[in-house]
Amino acid sequence: MAIVRWQPAEEIDRLRQEVDRIFSSFSSGPEPFFSRVYPALNLSEDPDHLYVRAELPGVSPESLEISVVEGRLLIRGERKIQMEDADTNYHRRERESGFFRRTLALPTRVDPNRVSAGLKDGVLTITLAKVEEAKPKKITVKSA
Amino acid sequence: MKEKEMELKEKKEVKKEAGEGTRSGPVFIPAVDILENKQELIVLADMPGVDNKDVDIDLRDNQLVITGKVNAIEDEKEASIYREFNWGDYFRQFTLSEIIDQSRISAKMENGVLRVILPKVEKMKPQKIKVTAG
Repeated sequence: MAIVRWQPAEEIDRLRQEVDRIFSSFSSGPEPFFSRVYPALNLSEDPDHLYVRAELPGVSPESLEISVVEGRLLIRGERKIQMEDADTNYHRRERESGFFRRTLALPTRVDPNRVSAGLKDGVLTITLAKVEEAKPKKITVKSA
Repeated sequence: MKEKEMELKEKKEVKKEAGEGTRSGPVFIPAVDILENKQELIVLADMPGVDNKDVDIDLRDNQLVITGKVNAIEDEKEASIYREFNWGDYFRQFTLSEIIDQSRISAKMENGVLRVILPKVEKMKPQKIKVTAG
């Protein structure tokens, strides 16, 4: 094993970075799950609805196709990036374009006829109404 | 021909060191395209959840600072079941070269995409210089 100079300051710095990282992950909430499929989705609920949200900047509503089939939500669409003229050069290119397709299994039964979607400022919000049987019911406990 | 499928890129978070923001929550670096043609430079930034009222474009010396504020998208009454991304404000900073005419910069926000047009300084008109006899 090679002899390496021991740098105590470096060790302490590394420890501090680790502790920072752990604490920073507490403050922004639990680490989101990185699914690798575009777009990233957030799923939330209230007693009557499920909500699915995706960040789709620059996507037009006409290119989106949303459907609910057998308890799964399917989102399909295309993100087009405006082609500039021939005499335009790119200095930096970080934004992607192309087709996307995403399926999400829904944890609760929803009514496929009561699904609505809105696209505002590049954020897609899909509201799905739960079927009556899937809504939480209060059960009263009778004392014997 | 196979359709080109998009890949998901993880949202890049700004590492908060000096100069903490006043709002809590993560701050993200928006993906940008920077283009140039004969008349201008164009910056396109993806900032979903930001509308034109909540974008701030600040010009200071030769620094172009873009900030986008995201308002609470999810209702507080909603319970999160599954999360693949976090919400947060956007921040990105650029150094402008001297060829930009700062007085004519314009910007437009549409569908969560910010488009900043930075016109180049118009070429100086050719001048005739009189030569005096010395």
